[in-house]
Amino acid sequence: MIAKWLGKVYIGIVMVFLYAPIAVLIALSFNASKSRVLWTGFTFRWYRTLFGSSAIMKAFGTTLALALLSAATASLIGLFAALGIYSMRKSGRRVMLFFTNIPLLNADIVTGIALMLWFVRFLPLGFSSILLAHVTFNIPYVILCILPKLETMDIRQFEAARDLGATTLYAFLRIMLPGLMPGILAGFFMAVTMSMDDFVITYFTKGPGVNTLSTLIYGEIRKGIKPEMYALSSVLFLLVLIILIAVNILTGSKEDKYITKNKEIG
Amino acid sequence: MSKKLIELKNISKSFGNTMVLDELNLYIRENEFVTLLGPSGCGKTTILRIIGGFETPDVGSVFFDGKDITKLPPNRRQLNTVFQKYALFTHMTIAENIAFGLRIRKKDNEYIREKIKYALDLVNLPGYEDRMPDSLSGGQQQRIAIARAIVNEPKVLLLDEPLGALDLKLRQEMQYELIRLKNELGITFIYVTHDQEEALTMSDTIVVMNQGYIQQIGTPESIYNEPTNAFVADFIGESNIIDGIMLEDRLVSIGGKSFECVDTGFEKNEPVDVVIRPEDVELGPVEGGQTTGVVTSIIFKGVHYEIQIESAIGITFMAQTTLNFPAGSHVGISVIPDNFQIMHKPQSEDEEILNIEDYPQGQPL
Ligand SMILES: Nc1ncnc2c1ncn2[C@@H]1O[C@H](COP(=O)(O)OP(=O)(O)OP(=O)(O)O)[C@@H](O)[C@H]1O
Ligand SMILES: [Mg+2]
Repeated sequence: MIAKWLGKVYIGIVMVFLYAPIAVLIALSFNASKSRVLWTGFTFRWYRTLFGSSAIMKAFGTTLALALLSAATASLIGLFAALGIYSMRKSGRRVMLFFTNIPLLNADIVTGIALMLWFVRFLPLGFSSILLAHVTFNIPYVILCILPKLETMDIRQFEAARDLGATTLYAFLRIMLPGLMPGILAGFFMAVTMSMDDFVITYFTKGPGVNTLSTLIYGEIRKGIKPEMYALSSVLFLLVLIILIAVNILTGSKEDKYITKNKEIG
Repeated sequence: MSKKLIELKNISKSFGNTMVLDELNLYIRENEFVTLLGPSGCGKTTILRIIGGFETPDVGSVFFDGKDITKLPPNRRQLNTVFQKYALFTHMTIAENIAFGLRIRKKDNEYIREKIKYALDLVNLPGYEDRMPDSLSGGQQQRIAIARAIVNEPKVLLLDEPLGALDLKLRQEMQYELIRLKNELGITFIYVTHDQEEALTMSDTIVVMNQGYIQQIGTPESIYNEPTNAFVADFIGESNIIDGIMLEDRLVSIGGKSFECVDTGFEKNEPVDVVIRPEDVELGPVEGGQTTGVVTSIIFKGVHYEIQIESAIGITFMAQTTLNFPAGSHVGISVIPDNFQIMHKPQSEDEEILNIEDYPQGQPL
């Protein structure tokens, strides 16, 4: 009884530490005063200036475009990479996974500077260089989402399809791809959030004049924190939350459907 | 005699360091029901996978209708497989599973619908069109796998222990259905099982294998009645395999006592394996027997009793009879000359495994 109660308190404390700052941030974004401590009334003013600012809106568009494009590209490349790694022998697979994991564990600042040095040599820094950078750091996430799905996949179903007359491609599209789809989707959304999240690598690989939300906020803050930034941060948080819920519904609903299907029959 | 449809020539296959098949030769005639029979791990599935195109042999070739198909991908071979582990498409309904091959062949919807219905009736699962594979029992899934293969009307059907998950009654029903299919559609069957009874019931020809080598090829009768070595005798039905000495033609000594038999062509005093089927060991009153013994155990097996007898010549016999001899009773034991099977002893460990080349392929039909 006491243990149960203690457990609840513990979870409560964790929740407070995790979410109280965000709650405060959201509250402040509706505060009429610019003060960080005084509540002087409710307002939408900061949101109005936020959505009125062309610089912010442009950065928002850039962020979204970067996230979607880099996630889509990385998903495609990551899918092929995962298939390649899966069909390798054990030793080769280990080596490939090792190299896949390096960018994940590498400090962002190292990746950022390295990519910058590389890009400066070959192309003007700008949207395309950030996009390339995001694709680069997104690929490992996609691979890591797809590979487990591949490994638990029943390869005999693929063989059965071939046996029934399917070409390799048709068998892949009809039999393997549906099984891999949850992994690919998870990888895609992971990549979207990673891309929206990133500041350091973007900061180093962006040229002058291009801004994502995170680099824009950073630039603004150096001039002093304005309440619009609270509003912007709240919007970002909401966006990520929506994506998370969407992913949950997407991957969860399938299982529910599956269960009810089984229930109907059983 | 119908023509050879599939021929395996000189096939060898290793996985890593383990040699699974070694210079294997085998042919299958059109419309023949051939069963590969052997203990677990002897290479049965590997042979099917080579015929199906899922493994390439290290050495040797596969011929189909006279053409070399060793390098042909599975989708271009005119045969279908019922896999050992069913391999149904889990994200598709039963109907979609069965229709898979037909859709690839661009059959029209009307034809496909009729075929699905026909196939489901055949495997005794009518009305299962919209179910998902996961909601079916193992035996039901196995039957769907059979249905999925046969709707394509392949020239050859490869079946890897397709009835393994079924209960006895259903298994017998399906055995009849498969034989009917073979006769109606003229399909050639290559059937894998490790159930010797199933092999004896269904096959035109049985190929007995052990550790990647073919031990014997023949009709069910010849395999059962004239096993070429102790392994086959032991594997096909229960047997008494006894050490003996061939005294002269038609006379064998077991445990120091001479018995009349019908075998000839052995060296004088050659040590041999003597095989006697349990149902050929006749029990009766002590006075009438060639030798005597004491019943040590008796087990009721349904149709008959299985009886262990400790005999006076120091050998334990197993007998099957419909009569009840209580444990401890004294009995007379007799075996008629025809029922002794005399076999050469293997010369060495290596020869325990016999290569096909030692036995000319005498496939009847
Ligand atoms: N892909 C593989 N990699 C390594 N070894 C394999 C592979 N496939 C089969 N083997 C080995 O080859 C041997 C023969 O296997 P196979 O599956 O042909 O046996 P089987 O006769 O079908 O047995 P069962 O009756 O248990 O199905 C076994 O020792 C098995 O471990
Ligand atoms: Mg097998």
